[in-house]
Amino acid sequence: MTHQSAQAAGGQTPGSEGKRRKRKPGSLVAYLYISPWLIGFIVLTLVPFVASFIYSFTDYNMVREQSFVGLANYIEIFTKDPVFVQSLRVTLLYVVIAVPLKLIVALLVAMLLNVKMRGISIYRTIYYLPSILGGSVAVSVLWRFMFMREGLVNEMLSYFSLPPVNWLGDPNLALFTITLLPVWEFGSSMVLFLAGLKQVPAELYEASKVDGASRARTFFSVTLPLLTPIVLFNLIMQMINAFQQFTAAFVITDGGPMKSTYLYGMMLYDNAFQFFKMGYASAQSWILFLIILVFTFVLFKTSNRWAHYEDGGDGK
Amino acid sequence: MRRRKLWTVIVLSVFSILFLYPLLWLISSSFKPNADIFSSISLWPREFVWDAYARGWQGVGRTNFSTFFGNTLLLVIPVVVLTAASSLLVAYGFARFKFRGKGLLFTLMISTLMLPDAVIMIPRYLLFKEFNWLNTYFPFYVPALLAVNAFFVFLLVQFLRGIPRDLDEAAVIDGCNSFGILVRVLIPLAAPALVSVCIFQFIWTWNEFFTALIYINSVSKYTVALGLRMVLDNEGAVNWNQVMAMSVVTILPCIAVFFMAQKYFVEGIATTGLKG
Repeated sequence: MTHQSAQAAGGQTPGSEGKRRKRKPGSLVAYLYISPWLIGFIVLTLVPFVASFIYSFTDYNMVREQSFVGLANYIEIFTKDPVFVQSLRVTLLYVVIAVPLKLIVALLVAMLLNVKMRGISIYRTIYYLPSILGGSVAVSVLWRFMFMREGLVNEMLSYFSLPPVNWLGDPNLALFTITLLPVWEFGSSMVLFLAGLKQVPAELYEASKVDGASRARTFFSVTLPLLTPIVLFNLIMQMINAFQQFTAAFVITDGGPMKSTYLYGMMLYDNAFQFFKMGYASAQSWILFLIILVFTFVLFKTSNRWAHYEDGGDGK
Repeated sequence: MRRRKLWTVIVLSVFSILFLYPLLWLISSSFKPNADIFSSISLWPREFVWDAYARGWQGVGRTNFSTFFGNTLLLVIPVVVLTAASSLLVAYGFARFKFRGKGLLFTLMISTLMLPDAVIMIPRYLLFKEFNWLNTYFPFYVPALLAVNAFFVFLLVQFLRGIPRDLDEAAVIDGCNSFGILVRVLIPLAAPALVSVCIFQFIWTWNEFFTALIYINSVSKYTVALGLRMVLDNEGAVNWNQVMAMSVVTILPCIAVFFMAQKYFVEGIATTGLKG
């Protein structure tokens, strides 16, 4: 068998010829292979996507018959719902602080880890560890115990004779405390940055050294431009996640104090699954979707200006 | 150069202690008497208390953590297996066949990666409610069976594309049909990617809180995430060490899996993130 395969492999040019050969019997079989996803996509993604749009124009509340109310949900959200305004405000603040902070930490650590040295992978493992705990309740529990009034952080402050801080009870501070949690879990962005850093050609660093560039200069004119595609990818994925954060706010502060950590995800949860205002919550979910779409679009559009792609082909 | 490396090691070590401290503190606190937890920042308990685990394990009311763990395994294991199997089939279809509408379908699949779950969760919930699937694990099993999470399909597509087609051709000559190629040629080669899929899905499903919160409402069917939250609500103000002990217990499986297979974990991220 091995002999045969070797012969066959030798006699065949890989690529286009192989593809052409498969086309005839392939098509139907191919649909069979992708059918789980195709069914799932239609039934569990596409139909719900359209349905939530339709619900958003109804007063569906799981109690009485639903009826179309036109734009009433949207009008109420934007003109008569101070909770929505508050929630949107803190969510935007959360996203704008958490995402860039996380990426900066991830990039800094990735740069430190980008050295050839024995045992460096141990550090990579350590830095990645918090990330696997992700949105788990345990991590939120930990955060609550660390930052509560008599918690660990205040205990540390008193160790240095500093006054205690009301991390979770102060409406001006609670959101920031929650924001530190995703920043702590920077592992997956770090791994992506690290993989990107490893692909920066050594010649570029050498050239930059020969030109007498400082290390800061090398970072800003060589390293960072080459990493911008990864920055863009990370920004978009982390932004989408951050807009939907739920567990931390729910477990650590329950949205409080004074709704200062009432993130959008919590508002959706309350409206849909506590008050069963499905139509209203659908409208809010579509508003969130459109906000995320706009953010993504702006990032993509402006990335022409700041993200660097090697189209010309500078070798490897 | 040597000095720079030394500095790197020092900085990395200081940071790693800083980043690990919360987790270490969590573990050490689970062995401290309640009165000591917040009165000293030391990681070494002055006095060891062993019963926080046993008492925490009792849970709240009549349901203990044995039930929560059993439930979680009953939920997570089928989800992992179904995800790996369905994602592999779909990825094989996309990576190795030409068919009408492939480009469009692939684009649609990738775009679901960026579709916020928030916008589909309500109709999905209502659909599952129609099926009488509330308070069952079907809302977890069925999306896994149908490869709804495009991340895993994408990861496997990327991996399969890297396997030379010559091997497929050779198998065809040996008389393999397309399924035979998948089973005999590609699965052995794609094993590392499949391991990545299983690990990611294990950890994500294990930690999943929101979906469990909206679908599971009887305590006897609670997962560890829901159970821990219930313990926090009931004991969080007094029996800190019990809550911490149960927090440790719930994250332990994830940490164990991570250490056993961290190589695949990191590779999985790099595969999907970079070539995308």
